[in-house]
Parts: sequence; structure tokens; C-alpha cells
Amino acid sequence: MEKYIKIALAGNPNSGKTTLFNALTGSNQFVGNWPGVTVEKKEGKVKGRDNVIVTDLPGIYSLSPYTLEEVVARNYLIDERPDAILNIVDGTNLERNLYLTTQLVEIGIPVVIAINMMDMVKKYGDNIAIDGLSKKLGCPIVEISALKEDGIFLAIDKAIECAKAQKKTVRHIFSGAVEHAIAHIEESSVHHLPEDRQRWYAIKIFERDSKVLEQLKIEKEKLAHIETDIKACESELDDDAESIITNERYEYIGEILKGVYHKKHVGRLTTSDKIDKIVTNRWLALPIFAVVMFLVYFVSVTTVGTWATDWANDGLFGDGFHLLWIGDGKYNDASEEFSGASEVVDGFISWSEKGAQTEQDKALVNGVKEALDTENPEFSAEKAKKALYSYVFALAPNTSISYVVVDEETLEESTVVATVEDLKNAITVLDRYGFAEPDPASYGVWIPGIPVLIGNGLEAIGCWDWLSSLILDGVVAGVGAVLGFVPQILVLFLILAFLEACGYMARIAFVLDKIFRKFGLSGKSFIPMLIGTGCGVPGIMSSRTIENDRDRKMTIITTTFIPCGAKLPFIALIAGAIFGGAWWVAPLAYFIGMLAIVVSGIMLKKTKLFSGDVAPFVMELPAYHMPTIKNLLYSMWERGWSFIKKAGTIILLSTVIIWFLTYFGFTETGFRMLAENEIDKSILAFIGSFVSWIFAPLGFANWQSAVATITGLIAKENIVATIDVTLGVALFTKQSAMSFLIFNLLCAPCFAAMGAIKREMNNWKWTAFAIGYQTVFAYVIALIVYQFSIAFVGQINVLGFIVASILVLLLLYMIIKPDFKKIAKRLKKSK
Amino acid sequence: MKTLKDLKVGQSGKVVKIHGEGALKRRIMDMGITKGVLITVRKVAPLGDPMELNLRGYELSLRKADAEMVEIEV
Repeated sequence: MEKYIKIALAGNPNSGKTTLFNALTGSNQFVGNWPGVTVEKKEGKVKGRDNVIVTDLPGIYSLSPYTLEEVVARNYLIDERPDAILNIVDGTNLERNLYLTTQLVEIGIPVVIAINMMDMVKKYGDNIAIDGLSKKLGCPIVEISALKEDGIFLAIDKAIECAKAQKKTVRHIFSGAVEHAIAHIEESSVHHLPEDRQRWYAIKIFERDSKVLEQLKIEKEKLAHIETDIKACESELDDDAESIITNERYEYIGEILKGVYHKKHVGRLTTSDKIDKIVTNRWLALPIFAVVMFLVYFVSVTTVGTWATDWANDGLFGDGFHLLWIGDGKYNDASEEFSGASEVVDGFISWSEKGAQTEQDKALVNGVKEALDTENPEFSAEKAKKALYSYVFALAPNTSISYVVVDEETLEESTVVATVEDLKNAITVLDRYGFAEPDPASYGVWIPGIPVLIGNGLEAIGCWDWLSSLILDGVVAGVGAVLGFVPQILVLFLILAFLEACGYMARIAFVLDKIFRKFGLSGKSFIPMLIGTGCGVPGIMSSRTIENDRDRKMTIITTTFIPCGAKLPFIALIAGAIFGGAWWVAPLAYFIGMLAIVVSGIMLKKTKLFSGDVAPFVMELPAYHMPTIKNLLYSMWERGWSFIKKAGTIILLSTVIIWFLTYFGFTETGFRMLAENEIDKSILAFIGSFVSWIFAPLGFANWQSAVATITGLIAKENIVATIDVTLGVALFTKQSAMSFLIFNLLCAPCFAAMGAIKREMNNWKWTAFAIGYQTVFAYVIALIVYQFSIAFVGQINVLGFIVASILVLLLLYMIIKPDFKKIAKRLKKSK
Repeated sequence: MKTLKDLKVGQSGKVVKIHGEGALKRRIMDMGITKGVLITVRKVAPLGDPMELNLRGYELSLRKADAEMVEIEV
């Protein structure tokens, strides 16, 4: 195997690290996660250099043992030992950036410093004496501008050179007392370690770094001995060891910057400051935030995102689409006109069918039906027309019928009245179209969807039915379900990348922190939830902008409580068919979603999983700047691709399984594949009737509801179709419909969203917890609502009522239960 | 004892001591709030918390509850 030179790219967040990484590696990137954690890991081969791999470490301020990113970075540096570290430093913010540098040089790996944003430094009129600084720090320094790609290859070549030479310098930067203690520790406890790592370990032991102490397992006597040294140092300098080190690092930086760094712009407002004066202004901040959020929502959910998703779902992975949408409007009008006319004709025919008394009448109706059957090989428009006209003449001229029209999406039923005059008009319309449905191909350039193309192909080669069903209803539908979201996700990620890169995302957290931290969430949780109203998948994925691991997990768990776009038809179904189109059902659904988030946040943050020290909200507000298109596109593509890969597999597998369960079953003729309307014989129906008792306390213990819930896991809009195919809304009373609605709103989301949860959690246990929590929570709330509502209308179920009451009390207890740890902390403080 | 939390918008103070311990204290100090450093309060978020500080040439936001741990002299 060839030997690679491994270079780690380290630096503060917002120092231009990602820009540098993209510029160095171009498209040779591999994105993944650091093992077992949600932190993203990026590696790439350097352009034009042989066998050089750059690893992009998470953006960090320090190498403390407290945050996930910092632990990941230091574990990599200590355990994997890259050949060199390229430390990117923001030249406009030297002091704080060099703080990380002082820690990196201790690790015993050659460090090359790339001072970024030199163009800005010069613009401000500041001056950094590079040679002087390089001498003082003991490592080579290269000036770069990652944005303009100036000097970046100079920097990487220097790093390669250092990696080959392996020259390291040790600087003793701490005060006498501290250096003395560190020397002692080195002597007594870490002498067995390789020489170049001794100092780093010794400093960590001095800091009482829990992770290092755990790893080294120093004997008790030695530890006690060390402890006396540290204690002596602490009492001499009147601070704890960790703080002494931090303090002295900053003092050292102040010392070395004297004489090599001249700042000119002190006190002057930069453009960024001026922007911030408006954007986070006391009065304007919230309105500006509302406008920005509206724009994000408008673009990613209502307009561009939806067009893209609709095109992908209904066009590319549906029947097909018109090239450039030319002819689309005309076709839709025609299609609507035709189906309206067909409805009238069908209404009359089925009315006559029911009312037909004599053999003659029956023959007439059957004749008309036969003549209208376009599948019939002997069908001709002329015959159909004749048959219809003879039918019209047989009717009494003043006949008026009423028939029921069912809305395809909401299953809402409405009654339409039609006269013979209407029938005649309808026949004229049908005649115009030749009694055949308008063909989209005659309106512009029609491109058939992938399922249609594959379906035709399979038919042409005479594929077995079950195989083509597996391919079409299983695989293609599954892949389509994943890929259908991709355009919208890409649009959203582009916007998010912009908000992040320009610096506004940090301001969102700043402005909203106060509200969201009450529920154990971060100010940045707002975006996932807003996006979640459109689709939970990109919503969950946008949680990636939240740095804090706990906040991020909490956001992932709660985001899908908000009704997404696919749940709307289902909500409309319940509202329309059960509650007579009541206006309050949809707002109620959103309200329940928000309440679920708030209640879950309050409850979960007190549990063991989320308790412990609250992550401090100590956040840099980076200077605003305009990101480059290239970097935005990189970020967009990278996240989109990782969704396709990771989420894709799990969604595909799940849809294939559900496909099998839906289309196969035991019938009178044995185990076989079923037609679409035979779902009651499917394995799924069998499973449904087997598990339906679980839903008895919720009021819908029938297999149809169970099956609808399961098919809803593929996509929530499937619930409507399943209810339609199985038995319809007659299954429900008002109370059980409400409980069914609540359960399906809050329970496990669709497979695509579960895939996204798995992708973001990067951990099966957490994924299982998230989905399990959602489902249990949904069950509890639906049970409470059902039992109380039937009690309210006087059909009380005593046992159910008692259980519901206990659950309510339990919920209330979890919500108002004091946070004991917090109280203990406060007591400690007041002492 | 005067803390960072007591500073009004526009006021500056010099850090005397950082109270508390563990992760939070380390994080605050890692971000450059160390003894002797001059901190200016830039603004307070529209809902009254957190606050925006300027130190060492950059902007940092800190919750008031955490700012209370930083003892300062004006």
C-alpha cells in the first residue's frame, strides 16, 4: 500500500477552515461522521499533490474535554497522529485564534500556521510581523486568503515539508511554578509514553483532565503525589489548575503579540458592526427575523421547494411531465373538463342502473356502459355517442338526478344535482374529446415518468406480474419516495448554507435563545420546526446547524410533531368527513404539534438522558460576510448527497417490506399476489387485525385503522388512500376520529423521516429512542383525549377514564416536577 | 461584588475573577474571558437575554446567568 501523508486541518469556527478545505481538495472529498457521534467528518485528497490526505477537524476553540467536537478533534490528534497539523488562524482575530494554536503545538506534531483573511487585516490597516511571530511560536507561518485561494498551496506544501521533516519545537510558555509542576508530572507519570507526547499528557494531568486521567490509570500514590504539587501551585496562584493554564496561555499570547502585532482599527465600527446594529436591534430584530423566516419558508416550502418536489414526485416519479411545463395548463383544463363531464354521465348511468326495472331498461343501460368502455377492442367514439343519445331519448326530459362526488384528496363527499340538459352538454364535451381521456402527449412535449417508462418496458418483455409489481410499487416507489425529496432538500440546504455562512444563523440563536432554552431547545431549533411544517425530512436535517449535541438531539426528536405537508390531506380528511369541514381542525392539529414540542422539551430535559450540566450558551457572533457561491454549492451538495446515501437505504428496504405485506396474502385460492382492492386479504390486514387491540383504548380497534397507520409510515398521505380502499370514514365516531388523528400526527413519522433521524443521530439507540418516544407519547395523548371525550358525551369507560386520569397526572407531574439538580446547584451557589 | 451581568449596554469592565467551576468556567475562559481582560457590553438581545459582549476584538454572546459568574471592576 502506498504511504499517505496525513495532514489535519484545525482551527476555530468561522476561521475559513471549510473554505480552505474545499479549495485544497476540490471534489475529492469523502464526507462521513466521526465514529458513533453526530459530528461530521470530512477528508479529501489534496489537488495536484500525490498521496496527501487532509482531514478537516471540527471547528473548535480549544481542546478541552467538555464538548463533543473538541473531544473528537483531540482524540484524532492524539490517537491517529496525523503527520502534520495545518492550523488556520483568522488574522482579524489573532488573540483568540492563537489560543488553540498554543494547545496544538503541545501535541508533538509539527504545526504550520496559515493566517487567513490577510486581505481584511491589510484593509483594516493592521500589521502582523509574520517572521517575528513565527520565531516566537516556533512554527512556520504562511499568509493566505482562503476565499481568494491566495497562498493556500504554499501553506499545504509547507505542511507537507514539515510532515516529512517531523521537526517539532517545545515552548515552555507557563509561569515558573506551573512549569515546575508539569516537569514533575512528566518525570513521575508519563515517562513511559513516547517523548513527543509527554508534555501534552503532563499538562492534561495538571489540568485534572478527566478523559486523560481515565485513560492513563495512574496509580493512587503517584496521583496523590501529583495532587500535592498541583495544590501547591493552585494556592500560590490563587486559582484552580485548569483556569491557571487557560489564563497563562492568554497571557503568553499577549506577551508574544507585543511588538509583532499592531492593531489600528480599535474602537472603529466595521461594516459588520453596522449591519449588526440593525439586525439584532432591540426593536427591529424580531421583525427582521420574521421576514427572513418567511422568505426561507416561502422559497423552500411554498414555492421553489414545492415545485421541485411536486415535479419529482408527480412528474419524474409519477405519470410524467410536460417539458418546460408547456401545455401543462391546457392539458389540466382539458382533463378537468373531461372528468367533470364523465362524472355527470356516470352519475346518470348509475342512477338508471339502480332504478332499472324492466329487462329492456337494464339492456339499455348495459348497452351504454359497454359502448363507453374504452378498453373494449370494438370501442369507437361513434358508437359511444349513438348509445348515449339513444339513452338520453329514453329519459323523461324533466329528469333530474343527484349524485355524490368524492374529493380524491380529502375524501370529502358532496352532492351534485344534474338535469338532462347537463347530460346533453356533458355528452357534447365527451364527444369533443372522442370519448377518451385527453392524452397529455397531445399538449406539448410529454415526458413520461420513470415508473411509466419502466412499467412499459416490463410489459414489453412480458415480465412476471409479481416482479413488475415489486419493481414498480416496491423499488421504484421506494426510490422515488427518497429522491422526490431531494430537490426540496437541496433548495433548503442552499438557503441554510447561506444563512450559516453569512453569519445570520448565529444571530437567530442569539435572538431566540431565551424562549427556546425553556424547553431544552436551542434558538436554532426554530428553523428545523419551521421547515418541518413543509416536510420533516429536511427539517430534521437542518438540525445540523445546532452545535450543541443535546439541543440537536432534542430538536430531532420533536421536529416531526409539527404537521408536515403530507399530513395535511389526512387532516383535511378527518376535518371534512367527520367534522363536517370544521375550520378549527387544521389549526388544532398545528396547536397540538406545538404543544407536543413544548411538553416534550420540558419533560425530556429533566430526564437522565438530557440532564446534567446544561451546555453553556457561550457563542461567538462572527462578523458578517458574503459567502462564495462555490462554497454554498459544496455545502448544499454534501448534505444532500449524504441524505440520499444514508436515508435511501433504510427507506428503500422499508418500502419493499411494506409492499410485500400489502400485495400478498392468503385467499381462497391460496397464497398469491393481490389486486389493489384486495387489501383486506393482505398479510398487512392480517397483522392489522392482530395488533388492532392495542388501539382499543384509543377508540379505533379495527384492522383498517391499524393498516392505515402502517401504510402511513411510507408516506403520511397514504393514510387517506388506505382508509378509502378499506372501509372509509364510517369506521370512526367523532371521538375516535380525533384520537386517530392525534395518534397519527404525533407517532413515528414516515420512513423517509426515520431515515433522516437515523442519519442525524448516527446511532441506532438514539434513533430507536426518538421513534419510540414519539409513538408512546402519541399513544398517551390520543388515549387521554379519547377517554375524556367519550366521558364528556356520557359514554364513560370507567377503567379507561381512570387510566387516562392517571396519565394526565403523570404528565403534569413530569412537567412541573422541579429540576432537582438545578435546585442543588442554586443552593450551592447561594452558599 | 460587581459582575458582568450588572454592566449596562455600552459600559466596559475589567475581569477580576471568574467564579464557578467545570465545563462552563472552562468554556468561558477558553473564549478569552480571563483575568485582566477588558469587556464591553455591546447590547442585550431583544427578549432581555443573552447579552452581546466585545472582547479581544470579537463579539461573544453570553447568557446573563453565566455572566453573573464573571466578577469585574469598572
